[in-house]
Amino acid sequence: MEALFATTTGILAASGLYLALRGRTFPVVVGLTLLSYAVNLFLFSTGGLTTDGSAVIGDGGGEYADPLPQALVLTAIVIGFAMTAFSVILAMRVRGDVGSDHVNGNRVDEPREDKS
Amino acid sequence: MQHLIILPVLLPLLTGVALLIHRGGALTLRRTANVLSTIALVVVGILLVAESTDDTIRYYALGDWQPPFGIVLVLDRLSALMVMITSLLALGSLLYACAGDDEQGSNFHGLFQLQLMGINGAFLTGDLFNLFVFFEVLLIASYALLMHGGGKARTHAGFHYVALNLLGSMLFLIALGILYGTMGTLNMADMSAVVPTLDTADLGLVKAGALLLLIVFGLKAAMLPLYFWLPRAYAAAPAPVAALFAIMTKVGIYSIIRVYTLIFGEQAGPLANLAQPWIWWLGLATLALGAVGVLSARDMRTQVAYLILVSVGTLLAGTGMHNEAALSALLYYLIHTTLVSGGLFLLVDAIAQQRGKAGARIVQSRTLTQPATLGLLFFAGAIAMAGLPPLSGAFGKALLLQAATTAQQYWLWPILLGSGLASLIALSRTGSTIFWRASGEKTGITLGPLRVTGTLMLIGCAPLMVAFAGPITAFTQATAAQLLDRDAYVESIIARDDTGGDA
Repeated sequence: MEALFATTTGILAASGLYLALRGRTFPVVVGLTLLSYAVNLFLFSTGGLTTDGSAVIGDGGGEYADPLPQALVLTAIVIGFAMTAFSVILAMRVRGDVGSDHVNGNRVDEPREDKS
Repeated sequence: MQHLIILPVLLPLLTGVALLIHRGGALTLRRTANVLSTIALVVVGILLVAESTDDTIRYYALGDWQPPFGIVLVLDRLSALMVMITSLLALGSLLYACAGDDEQGSNFHGLFQLQLMGINGAFLTGDLFNLFVFFEVLLIASYALLMHGGGKARTHAGFHYVALNLLGSMLFLIALGILYGTMGTLNMADMSAVVPTLDTADLGLVKAGALLLLIVFGLKAAMLPLYFWLPRAYAAAPAPVAALFAIMTKVGIYSIIRVYTLIFGEQAGPLANLAQPWIWWLGLATLALGAVGVLSARDMRTQVAYLILVSVGTLLAGTGMHNEAALSALLYYLIHTTLVSGGLFLLVDAIAQQRGKAGARIVQSRTLTQPATLGLLFFAGAIAMAGLPPLSGAFGKALLLQAATTAQQYWLWPILLGSGLASLIALSRTGSTIFWRASGEKTGITLGPLRVTGTLMLIGCAPLMVAFAGPITAFTQATAAQLLDRDAYVESIIARDDTGGDA
């Protein structure tokens, strides 16, 4: 399970980083979203990965999942969600104000996207 | 007054929410509410500083969950001082904003209070994850405030600022994850107690986490490779917001000081002082490049933004010097630079308004309507910022230069004094272009009483800080001593379990 978890997180982070470095606002926003998913997964795993553990320490005292990372990741998800919503609106505002969706404000002539 | 510690967070929160709910209310009412709340915050700040002077470290356990299990707000000299500076700066920029800048967009007053809540929370919290949460609170308010009033330059600079800070927040979370995974706690005092007992196998991971934190705080503080967002964002922001943002870089500096003296300080075993060499060299480089930026700026706003970078470099170098005298000196310099650079942002905006089309650009243009008032203020602000005697900048720098050890002197003295010279040259060129090489008729726009009060309040701190240099340095020295006394901090948070906190 660790290998699968690590690979998923890694792929998400790598794709997110690649997209975040693109030149247009939409891929940047999607990239940041993917990165935040990767970070949330990572944060979730910091308490150690357990299967079939009880949520908090039970009577049996057996294996239990660390509740703190779950609380942390919940907070991070809520904040990340709000930030994503904000950056989407902001990207649209930039498109409207600057007249281009390029992060540097360049009006790049790319005919295939400007057909309409 | 045990609940005093949480007031700097609660008061702006309640006022902010009330202002957002009644955002359609009369403008005078909203302004009055905001100003009253900020004045109350100044009073709370002063009370907190007074309370902290007896050298006990107090904490406020939220929900009475005792540390290290619950979230605590910690009041020591440093946090009390930072809260007080924040409230003073906020009052100055708010008075200025009430003269008309707040009408340019919606919800200025509510967002302003929420911003204060985030900043105060970041200064007071004793929990690393809670620090992240307060960072987000102050950031999301700052995103909206930065774009207050709208316009091409602002939205554009705003997008860069938001994207960078989102990345910064993610790095922060990764660092927190690593640290929690290895140490099993996020309470700063508890982390500090755990660090020396770490397993050797975990050392590499903890070190990675600790240095990732440095990147995050460096981004907030505008440390060398991470400062490129700052001049543009600050130059584009409305003046009162830019003035308030003068404290934002100090949030980064504060976090660096807190984390790398408390958690990874002297007593951290194999990880002791791991970030200090980085901070020292990067601080010096920031200082040098900031000075180049000041010289090259073609716009007064950008110039002040670069002056902030120079001060950030100075503060970082002081942190990297890592001795008690340097820490005390840099705290004095921090009070000075925060208030005066905030005042300069306001002043530059006031000057730009009276110059008609030329605005804040450093070019020949019309004569100002009030050359004497503005000129005197600019003169005082420039002297303080460049670090010439007799104002507070010189005092802070002299203390810092004195604190350097012989090996550090070779680097610090030429770079710090050279950057002072560069600021002096640049500011005198700006001043002579604006005030002396001006011709043509006046625009007739004058500075209202609110704007004068706001600007005067912040720039006036420079002579006041010299007049009261004795008590202030006594306070900063005690603060530095308290900061380096890690055991006292840990004991007052962790060991008081049975007697309970001030809940």
